[in-house]
Amino acid sequence: MAAERRKAPRPGLVLDVDRSTPPILFHHGEGFRLERLPPGRSRIIYPAEPLAGLSDPEAAIRDALLNPLDSDPLPSLLRPGMKLTIAFDDISLPLPPMRRPDIRQRVIEQVLDMAAAAGVDDVHLIAALALHRRMTDDELRHALGERVFDAFAPQGALYNHDAEDPDGMVELGRTDHDELVTMNRRAAESDLLVYVNINLVAMDGGWKSTATGLADYWSLRHHHNVGTMLNSRSFMDRPRSELHHSNWRQGEVIKANGPPIFQIETTVNNNTFGHDGPLSVLQKREWEWSARDRASFMAMHTGLKAMPPAACRGVFNRWLAPYEMTSVQAGAVEPVHESTTANVLAQHLVPVQGQTDVLTMGLPYICPYNVNSVMNPILVMCLGLGYFFNLYRGRPLVREGGVVIMSHPTRWEFHPVHHPSYIDFFEQLLSETTDPAELEAKYEAQFATDEWYVHLYRTSYAYHGVHPFYMWYWGAHALKWLGRVIVVGGDLRAVRRMGFMPASTLSDALEMASDVVGPSPTITHVHNPPILMADVE
Amino acid sequence: MGIAHDLGLVRLGRRLPSPTRALRARSFPLRAPTVPGGVEPLEAPARTGTGFETAWSRRWPARMCRAAIVEGPMRAMVQVLASPRRRGADRLADLEGAVVFASNHHSHIDTPLLLTSIPEPWRHKIVVGAASDYFFGSRAAGATAALVMGAVPIERTRVGRRSADMAAGLIDDGWSLLIYPEGGRSPDGWGQTFRGGAAYLSLRCNVPVVPIHVGGTGAILRKGRTVPQPAEATVTFGTPLRPEPGEKAPRLAARIEAAVTALADEAGTDWYSARKRAHAGASGTLTGPDVGVWRRQWALHGRRRSTPSTRSRRWPDL
Repeated sequence: MAAERRKAPRPGLVLDVDRSTPPILFHHGEGFRLERLPPGRSRIIYPAEPLAGLSDPEAAIRDALLNPLDSDPLPSLLRPGMKLTIAFDDISLPLPPMRRPDIRQRVIEQVLDMAAAAGVDDVHLIAALALHRRMTDDELRHALGERVFDAFAPQGALYNHDAEDPDGMVELGRTDHDELVTMNRRAAESDLLVYVNINLVAMDGGWKSTATGLADYWSLRHHHNVGTMLNSRSFMDRPRSELHHSNWRQGEVIKANGPPIFQIETTVNNNTFGHDGPLSVLQKREWEWSARDRASFMAMHTGLKAMPPAACRGVFNRWLAPYEMTSVQAGAVEPVHESTTANVLAQHLVPVQGQTDVLTMGLPYICPYNVNSVMNPILVMCLGLGYFFNLYRGRPLVREGGVVIMSHPTRWEFHPVHHPSYIDFFEQLLSETTDPAELEAKYEAQFATDEWYVHLYRTSYAYHGVHPFYMWYWGAHALKWLGRVIVVGGDLRAVRRMGFMPASTLSDALEMASDVVGPSPTITHVHNPPILMADVE
Repeated sequence: MGIAHDLGLVRLGRRLPSPTRALRARSFPLRAPTVPGGVEPLEAPARTGTGFETAWSRRWPARMCRAAIVEGPMRAMVQVLASPRRRGADRLADLEGAVVFASNHHSHIDTPLLLTSIPEPWRHKIVVGAASDYFFGSRAAGATAALVMGAVPIERTRVGRRSADMAAGLIDDGWSLLIYPEGGRSPDGWGQTFRGGAAYLSLRCNVPVVPIHVGGTGAILRKGRTVPQPAEATVTFGTPLRPEPGEKAPRLAARIEAAVTALADEAGTDWYSARKRAHAGASGTLTGPDVGVWRRQWALHGRRRSTPSTRSRRWPDL
């Protein structure tokens, strides 16, 4: 059955809800809700089933390295005595973390094997994490595998990018929009920079890999700001994303003044929860749940409700997705990324007719910034209004002035090691204003240059002091677009602190939404994850 | 000579009163007739060695019993004696179906170590190629080996048709095979030249060969010892090797040996250094330098990873 599904995966689906539609699964943090949507005026967007993974990923990687796009084959770029740097995506990709062997390990082992054949001695591996938290040794070991970790980490040749190292960054120049371009010094001074990427959504990859992943705050602030977010429609759609336009301009500077870059991009399918196993029910359509699926869902649902939140988090954090690689391409950044984006969209894009008055979404337990951590309220906002809202091409799924209803517990809790500046941002700044532009103007520079936050970013495992601002900016487009944001089942104080309205049930939320969009509004539910991107006509 | 002899069971058996000895003392027809001179006796079908029948050990009751032994006492024993460090199992992620596992061989502990290290789905559907003249020298020893390890008799002095057909049939039926291409345990701590059995079966059945390097087990129970001594062992799985079009068994056997040699280098140093040496053809050899015995021992001593030891040796192990 699983093999049949992989052979003929069904595309995404827009289901019009009628009286016979069963209750619909809403992710709700480390739990779930089953909700009935009003028939006759509701629709549900289901993601496409997982595309078939490459039958021989190792051979595909080798082929990509030997036959790159607009570049010489990798072995011909390698020579003894050269300085080689391999940068790779950090813990924020993929989501959830994937089962071993991770794609980064597969790719980097083959790159290193070619480097070994060429007799390259000076090799450094850098986690291109920009202003994210540092990866722990265990996380690096998981992403790169035992062999790579044991060969390079003990000599200090495998490490995390440090955007605040005064000697570790170098300026490459300015774009024609006067945007500063900085890069990790080791990467910038290398004879060849190989970047290994995992593209989970269309936003990832391209010049964003090097221009963002290996940059510092002074370079990032040119595109990680409110203006860029408001002018990106959306930041998941590169041709209409000001975020990417800025990154591409910086890419031109890197091309002119930086190291030669050999970009390797990969895509994964939608197999987030597996075709079989305890979580497989989460990627099935509700009317196709078998007796076994229902039993496993009820057992899981009941068990999670009986467990404390921290224990539930522990259970979910141990889940490793059985993602399969659907494509790998290597060579020059632009053609590689064009091919990658096409492969991502082939999995994610679902055509949708017209906008809706009310958009509902169930937010899961994970987003890019809380892997092995806590999903704090700011990340809830970022996931819902930043990522899920922006997963569209054309127009937003919800009309201007419409309502978004998110389902998430939104607990007032933070990981004190990973998110120290989030705590101050939430408790001190959001009590004063929730306007992204005002927060940016008044407080961003203060948080970005705070010595304590810088110290924690460099020596502990903390996100950079400015990071909560970026999370808030990520939702700026939605905040400006929407008439109201309602959170179902959330902590009342935390939801209100962010300027949203709490509701205890979906019915209550729909009732509250009608104050804004009128009676009997049209409703659209995005059944995400697994990930989908609405192509709104 | 056999495992029963090594463990002193033969001597013990001679001392105990035998229920059949009395019967054997009786004359015909209470005992078997003697063969007249000048008459060629009929050859009795062999019930030991390569003729030992092991099909029963692959039926469900025996498999369940073996799974309980492997996951219970065998795993506990391996943990206590070898504290194994297992690496490279992720290299098997893309494999499906039957596989030939080919490992170097130092010690009787190698098989329990590997049976508890080989990942699912192969671990409980695997047979172990065991020397027919050693493990199947008696019916009791053969039955024990077949039940506990899933052993099947393999002719180690040559590629015998009977054992080769039997192993190939098992692989075709979906059973994986663990085989030691050196043909026996290392006599001195260095490896021995790989023979062609694993390569032959891989080519004949068109299945991949997974090279495995086992390190450190010689210190636990090397050949000639009867009492094991705890030490640290490593198991390193290599990238599966597939027969290339037109490839012959000797060349594939050489590739398997080279892969195990590179894994030995990897286990002793680190992966990237080992890959550089492998590409430069400088991984060294499993079989050690072609010099006198004491110099081989001396070189072996230098190759071992330094492990905390309670006593310092001034002279090599001879």
